[in-house]
Amino acid sequence: MYEFDWSSIPGALPLLARGLGITFELTLTAIAVGIAWGTTLAMARLSNHKWLGGAAATYVNLFRSVPLVMVILWFYLIVPQLLKMIFGEGIADIRFTSALIAFALFEAAYYSEIIRAGIQSVPRGQVSAALALGLSYRQTMRLVVLPQAFRNMMPLLLTQAIILFQDTSLVYVIGLSDFFGTAYKIGDRDGRLVEMLLFAGLIYFVICFSASQLVRHLQNRYAR
Amino acid sequence: MPYHWNWSIFLSPVPSGETTYLGWLGTGLQWTITLSLCAWVIALALGSLLGVLRTVPNRWLSGGAATYVEIFRNIPLLVQLFSWYFVLPELLPPAMGNAFKQMNPLTQQFIAATICLGLFTSARVTEQVRSGINSLPPGQKNAALALGLTLPQAYRHVMLPMAFRIVLPPLTSEFLNIFKNSAVATTIGLIELSRQAQQLVDYTAQPYEAFIAVTLLYLVINVTVMFFMRRLEQKVRIPGYFGGSK
Repeated sequence: MYEFDWSSIPGALPLLARGLGITFELTLTAIAVGIAWGTTLAMARLSNHKWLGGAAATYVNLFRSVPLVMVILWFYLIVPQLLKMIFGEGIADIRFTSALIAFALFEAAYYSEIIRAGIQSVPRGQVSAALALGLSYRQTMRLVVLPQAFRNMMPLLLTQAIILFQDTSLVYVIGLSDFFGTAYKIGDRDGRLVEMLLFAGLIYFVICFSASQLVRHLQNRYAR
Repeated sequence: MPYHWNWSIFLSPVPSGETTYLGWLGTGLQWTITLSLCAWVIALALGSLLGVLRTVPNRWLSGGAATYVEIFRNIPLLVQLFSWYFVLPELLPPAMGNAFKQMNPLTQQFIAATICLGLFTSARVTEQVRSGINSLPPGQKNAALALGLTLPQAYRHVMLPMAFRIVLPPLTSEFLNIFKNSAVATTIGLIELSRQAQQLVDYTAQPYEAFIAVTLLYLVINVTVMFFMRRLEQKVRIPGYFGGSK
């Protein structure tokens, strides 16, 4: 029978915490940029402008049909060369930068679909009323439609954030030491991969489960 | 230094000389499809069963299914894959664990990836099936029971045929997801499409051609699945419902 030996975990905690920091940094940046860029994409898709709508639709469909692993690899191919072209040599952490850009642009495609549905959930009469009151299209969007849309789609946005948090572990494919990458490397180094993987799984579970319970709680409170 | 495009690279033979790089892509495509389809069979079977259990009037059964869903939804796919591949063989009784470790590496990777993807997706399918069953008017179940059907019969003849047709569109997107998620198997070395993309980069130093080709293949898979599922959706659409799809 396998003999568990958890002794390498306490010593590894500072490194794991640093990895968790990177995981959160990736998640939060991707959420912020993803929602901002996703809102822009959603509004472009809903606009009457044919080219703009078509371009946004192509962007969203392209990103949604390609596996995240491929997107991360793509950006790890392109971003370092772009950075070299712009800043010359000597960029410190290319992996982190390219992962950050990959996640932000990838998540924007998913967020834009959620946001588009959210905007469409606001009754048309509201837009007509706002326009009739003399607000411009821009003001209507900013002051009337978007605040209600975001309120409606809050649970979905948060659920997507939890999925994103889990997906950041895929930066493993470019060797970035996020929480999972760190756990794997330490486990491999100490020959305690079994314990480390179980521990990592437990931590992910605790974080994601609490977050999803919180989302459910918020949902019940707002969906009165 | 400008990049030298060289699309004919796909026709040149691989180092071992058995096939061309195009052949490698073909192998990758085969593994991606085989893995996804096998995992989908597990996901659909187990997901349907658990989805039904989620809705039955028995606290233990529905609670057990709910726990299953929470566990598989709240742990990243990559961690689950590594657990199946690295952790489980160690925890099994030594005889079984060793038997697994002595298999051909490709078989090991394939088994681990199939079980992992299948169970991971089954948790999502469970939730879809449950929401489909819950979306049915309660009168249907009551009417079936009042007519003298037993509860299993009511599920079998009345509720499930309706529920599956309603949840077909979200199931389609889970089906598409399984192809995309199969790319995660690259991390344990299974030679599916993304792995082949990386291998091509290593061997040919023509990263853009390799990545573009593999990305296009994923797009083709996506479009093909979408095409057939749309036809299926139209065929089984319930008259009087909004088709359930957009």
